[in-house]
Amino acid sequence: MTDPIRRPKRKNPVVRTRLPVLPPWPRSRIALGLTAGAAEGRFVLQVCAECGAVQYPPREACHRCLSDRLPWREQSGGGQLISQTLLRHSHDIFFRERVPWRLGMVHLDSGPTVVVHLHGAVGAPPTRVRVGARLDKAGMGVLVGFPDKDVPHMADDRQLREMTCDPKFRKVLITDGKTRVGQALARALVSAGADLVWVGHAEPWKQFPGLAELKELPQVSLVPLDVTDARSVKEAAGEFGVKVDILINNVEVHRTHGITSRYGTDVARAEIEVNYLGLLRLAQEFGPVMRARGADGQSSAVAWVNLLSIFALSNFPPHGTYSASKAAALSLAQCLRAEMRPASLRVINIFPGPIEDEWNQLLPPPKLAPEAVARAVVSALQDGVEDVYPGDIAQEWLARWRESPKVLERELAGH
Amino acid sequence: MSRQGYQGVAVAVPVTVPYVRYSIRSAHWFIAKALRALLERAGLQKAQVDGACISGFLLFPDTAVGLMQHLGLSPRWLDHIPMGGASGVVALRRAARAVQSGDAEIVACIAGDTNHVDSFRHTIASFSQFARDAVYPYGSGGPNASFAFLTDYFMRTRGAEREDFGKLCVAQRHNALSFPHALFKKPLSIEEYLGARPIAEPLHLFDCVMPCAGAEGFLVMSEERVRALDLPFARVLATIERHNAFPDDPIQIRGGWALERDSLWNQAGLAPQDMDLVELYDDYPVITAMQLEDLGFCAPGEVVQLIRENTFTTEGSLPLNTSGGQLSVGQAGAAGGYLGLVECLRQLTGQALGARVAGARRGLASGFGMINYDRGLCAGAVVLEAGGQ
Repeated sequence: MTDPIRRPKRKNPVVRTRLPVLPPWPRSRIALGLTAGAAEGRFVLQVCAECGAVQYPPREACHRCLSDRLPWREQSGGGQLISQTLLRHSHDIFFRERVPWRLGMVHLDSGPTVVVHLHGAVGAPPTRVRVGARLDKAGMGVLVGFPDKDVPHMADDRQLREMTCDPKFRKVLITDGKTRVGQALARALVSAGADLVWVGHAEPWKQFPGLAELKELPQVSLVPLDVTDARSVKEAAGEFGVKVDILINNVEVHRTHGITSRYGTDVARAEIEVNYLGLLRLAQEFGPVMRARGADGQSSAVAWVNLLSIFALSNFPPHGTYSASKAAALSLAQCLRAEMRPASLRVINIFPGPIEDEWNQLLPPPKLAPEAVARAVVSALQDGVEDVYPGDIAQEWLARWRESPKVLERELAGH
Repeated sequence: MSRQGYQGVAVAVPVTVPYVRYSIRSAHWFIAKALRALLERAGLQKAQVDGACISGFLLFPDTAVGLMQHLGLSPRWLDHIPMGGASGVVALRRAARAVQSGDAEIVACIAGDTNHVDSFRHTIASFSQFARDAVYPYGSGGPNASFAFLTDYFMRTRGAEREDFGKLCVAQRHNALSFPHALFKKPLSIEEYLGARPIAEPLHLFDCVMPCAGAEGFLVMSEERVRALDLPFARVLATIERHNAFPDDPIQIRGGWALERDSLWNQAGLAPQDMDLVELYDDYPVITAMQLEDLGFCAPGEVVQLIRENTFTTEGSLPLNTSGGQLSVGQAGAAGGYLGLVECLRQLTGQALGARVAGARRGLASGFGMINYDRGLCAGAVVLEAGGQ
């Protein structure tokens, strides 16, 4: 088993906060396929479409038949650990600060030998392991050798925790507690071991259902936060921003209709004000202080989660302006990801299909329960992935969009 | 068809540009020093050298081509060997054929590299596409980590103990003590070896080669020419090279030597036991052990017994890496691939700078290079015989 991590001691204000540095990030373009898979939590390798040979490291041509048709295919990851080392010296600053660092060589059942970061609970070679892909602190896909069977407290492995955003013993801000999703998120994060959960509410004078019960949880504190108000965001960041390890931006305005069925720009403006500019305000106030704490010990600042929508990928005309605001937010989130990366903070985008709430009333099932959205967020943090498409509808839209964005656009345009 | 031999080819003028841990000079500087030493020792003018074979990791962005203008040479035969630790053997093979065929008369073979305080890190961070994509992001241990994997596996598979590798390292340090260019000048005891700090377990400090700056070189020409110049020389009895051997082995436990061993000894008409000295590529002792097996000094799988039965000192049994090898002299980049060959040439031509292997007539030198991903890809070896004067 893995030794469970302990609640971190109070930070010593005299000691300088360690600055974030990244593990080596340069890769050849072809190797980024591994990162693209890892960003969704999948371990993929190139598999020759002609002869079936599995390739690693990534190549431009099949090492057996020289075909250049090498699609990335999901792998079981089963293999034999054939060699290991415990690194006590490194040429790179990131690892130099983190040695000893355990590495292994795994002979995959599918053929290739891979170098992996080796989980501490794996026994000495020769032994069976499961290889999985994770994003490292640079946001690049890397391979990890896990014990063949799960062991208690596996997520607490010191090396693995450098690649995930596990909420255990971390402090979390949820930007909107008035929705069922916000409340489900707060409960899920408390269950996942979060140390402290700030839950924002824009209008503290209003009694929203469920908020009073949420307040009963000892880890939860309600904080006033109105993302349409620059001063409100600034005050919140000034008050507790320096302690936020994970920020979950779930605040949104969602109204139905597209262009011609609604007159004027007021609704669209409100959607942009919250869904797009709200994100921008939060990022400008909380971003810099979180970036400074990207390597702040066991419970460093680690992740920024955006609740987007599958409608961000392609406009859903019955919810047309909402789709546009989410597309804008997606684009901004990509910018945020690029700017957070040097501080090793992960930006996680959640693309749910229609959620079971009042604004999706007229959409047919299946719809996502708020608890399912919350579970998806917690797993994304625990696995350290970047992009999550929870629910059957989101998965189906994603598959259709990947196959042909144009076909999907035409399908969504209706008859 | 039997392989053509190297009749009429002579190797001469072993040259070492003294090693330093760090230098503010470039690789070009070290190679220029080596060329000048070759010319002076051979009594040649620059224009008489009509062939050049160059290796150096840190020549970038130059290659052998740019270096010719840099040094004012106009060769009619030019080669650049980017094979790291195998570059000496491979350079000799290429140059010997050039001389034999008349494409060149006198070929200067030189490898040199510098070592700035931070240059080794840059070299390993961008060593190869595979290393950058699939090794360096995993702890950035460089060759220490790669050889730690090979050593861990070799120890388990062959039943080798740290003491066995220690014996090789201690013997080489003993040999180095009389070699003026060795950067390590203090004796090493087995207790010090075993007690050294871990670097990448199971490797400890004295298992790891030390990067440094320096250059090595020699001249290849016809026997007729070498006699006219009145230079001591050696003959080339046999050579081999093999790249990316055994790609289906899940981890390296043998190298290209194992495929080409018979070809080597058949061409030489000799056996491993006929060698008076052996200069094996030794950036980490596991590779020395692997070569002892692959080149036929013992049966496959029995190297541990061989190590326990021999002293490997210059004056003892199976004299190995008589200048101290890279582990005691230092690894001057690509020149590490020349060090053993140049020392072998010195011993066979009566020009040893340190202790001599008494009556040495025949020797073997090997090369091993380029951990592209998980294993060294280039393997080579050469058998030399004293040619007289």
